[in-house]
Amino acid sequence: MFILITGLLLGGTYALIALGLNLQYGVARIMNLANGEMLVAGGFAAFWVYTAGQVNPIAALVIIAPLAFAVNWLLYRIMLVPLVRRAKNRGALEVDSILATFGLSFVFVGLMTWVFGGGYFNYRFLATPVDIFGSSYAQNRVVAFILAVLIGGALWLWLSYTRAGLKLRAVAVNPSSAPLVGIDVTATSALAFALGGAVTAAGGTLVSMFFTLDASVGVLFTMKALIIVIMGGVGDIRGTIVAAVLLGIAETAVARLIDPGLTLAAAYLLFLLVLLFRPQGLFGKAQG
Amino acid sequence: MKRRTLMSAAAAAILATSVGSAQAQGVIHFGAAAPQTGPLAGGATVTHWPAVRLWVNQTNAAGGLQVGDQRMTIELVEYDDQTNPQQAIQAAQRMATQDQVDFMVAPYSTGMNLAAAPIFAQLGYPQITGTAVTDQQAELAAQFPNMFFVLGNTSVMAEDTAQVLIDMRARGEIGNRVALVNVADAFGIEMAGISRGVLEADGFEIVYETSYPLGTQDLAPVIDGAKAAEPDAFIAWSYPGDTFALTDQSIVQNFAPSVFFTAVATAFPAYGARFGDQIEGVLGMGGVNNDDPAFQAFSAAHLELTGQLPDYWASTATYATLEILGQAIEATGSIDRATVLAYLQDQSNSYETVVGPVNFNEHNDNERYWTVGQWQGGVFRGVSARGRDGAVPVEIFDGWE
Repeated sequence: MFILITGLLLGGTYALIALGLNLQYGVARIMNLANGEMLVAGGFAAFWVYTAGQVNPIAALVIIAPLAFAVNWLLYRIMLVPLVRRAKNRGALEVDSILATFGLSFVFVGLMTWVFGGGYFNYRFLATPVDIFGSSYAQNRVVAFILAVLIGGALWLWLSYTRAGLKLRAVAVNPSSAPLVGIDVTATSALAFALGGAVTAAGGTLVSMFFTLDASVGVLFTMKALIIVIMGGVGDIRGTIVAAVLLGIAETAVARLIDPGLTLAAAYLLFLLVLLFRPQGLFGKAQG
Repeated sequence: MKRRTLMSAAAAAILATSVGSAQAQGVIHFGAAAPQTGPLAGGATVTHWPAVRLWVNQTNAAGGLQVGDQRMTIELVEYDDQTNPQQAIQAAQRMATQDQVDFMVAPYSTGMNLAAAPIFAQLGYPQITGTAVTDQQAELAAQFPNMFFVLGNTSVMAEDTAQVLIDMRARGEIGNRVALVNVADAFGIEMAGISRGVLEADGFEIVYETSYPLGTQDLAPVIDGAKAAEPDAFIAWSYPGDTFALTDQSIVQNFAPSVFFTAVATAFPAYGARFGDQIEGVLGMGGVNNDDPAFQAFSAAHLELTGQLPDYWASTATYATLEILGQAIEATGSIDRATVLAYLQDQSNSYETVVGPVNFNEHNDNERYWTVGQWQGGVFRGVSARGRDGAVPVEIFDGWE
């Protein structure tokens, strides 16, 4: 039971890290290597409002998420649209966006170092135990998990049952045909990219309750998000959530039953198995 | 024509002399390259940069160093080595050739100091390290006679940590059972190996032993495993992120053995700020003599200049490396590197620093340093040291309340 719950909590954390990237890569076709930095920025923002104004980080989401949405929307409009315009095909856009966002990640690290300094940031919020089935878990991790479920669920419902969600899915499936049915691909992609950024920053806000962050740590989160998105299938929210939970439980089981030193090995083994037997990802559609 | 040339040559000569003497009056150029970004930026921001800037600031505020019959102020250029050994080497080259600095501050951390050692040696700069903990002093000093060590030996730190347990058991305060965990990199593996050896030789039973990958902060399984083994003592050779996470998780799972030890960052003021009075009795790596007026003055100045307190360990050692260099420059009355280096290599010289008197042995190694500390009454106090006064008795850790 301990393994299952700890694994689920970890899976929730992973989902928070990876959901935003899935939207950005799956719909807007931007392989955003600055994803981790956006997450850390969300965490720093939470740290700042919490220590400066004693604002509850969960309440701070109301400000942080829209702000991240605006920043990412502008980023897409100003920096990424020219890349999309000039790209001859999907491959070219991927290469360009990887290079551009890789550069962007350094800009973010530089900015955060400049504003906040390079030190470690953490704070104490809901770091109290809560008993579930006889074992203790950190309250902040449980809260983050619940919010991950809410965010993931809301995204899935929105994508599945609304008109705007339908547009996003259409662009995800085939960006060159979507304009034929009257969809503004650029606007829809900008929306997806901005939404992805907002989700990532919200994830950063939530993980900052229990992770120690510094300005340079973002790349670790980017790597994790990449694995989860590829495992789950590009462009499918359900896939990301399932992959995140699988990874969380697998890592926890290996750590507790075999050896914590093997968690990374377990994660990559799982990744390898998925790549071997389902290269399009758990929920991905095969390329036609 | 000739006369004019002569005249202008004379004018140039006069100009050169005046500029030359203005320079001589003025400035010693220092260069520093250490992480401002990258994995070790967090530690360097706490320990390295503030101490370096504080020394430069205080030295200049006092009118500079007395070099021969003139006072010279310090000018510091800083580079970010991005926690990348290649960048550290390039930065050292750039400081030597482009900026033509007179002296260089040693880099931050054991790894970066080892990486930069060949280039420091090749360029002929003294490298007085304040954050390198190693057992290779003898070999390194033989290979790089310009390299000096202030912070201590790895094996001594691990042995003294084990000795704290041995003493506590001798007093009947703890039993035999030890849980030993470490971060899976060179530092963690080496420290865990040495402490396991010492503890087992002394009849301790290692009831739980494991390692976890670098950068892991999800440590609930580790604490759960350690707790299930019911140890009397928990020893973790950890890095900052995991030091915080292990402590956090132990509080959540109420894992409270009689000895709770985490390694790097336990001595950071941020650790105290984060956990408040819950960490009363937690043991960690390093330490200082908190009652020493020299440390208190250093701490107050550190807070005033940088807005943050120093850590209770390597901040002072980093500051001391520059005090040592400054005293060597003043004693020789020269900013010639070879002269200063020869002075540093002379084992009969000793230096007055914030960590107390320092002198270097035949391996360029300072043999007096703090090894283990403990949070007591809201500050981190040294409880074990080699050759330093002011160690306080160890307390039993009595839970997270």
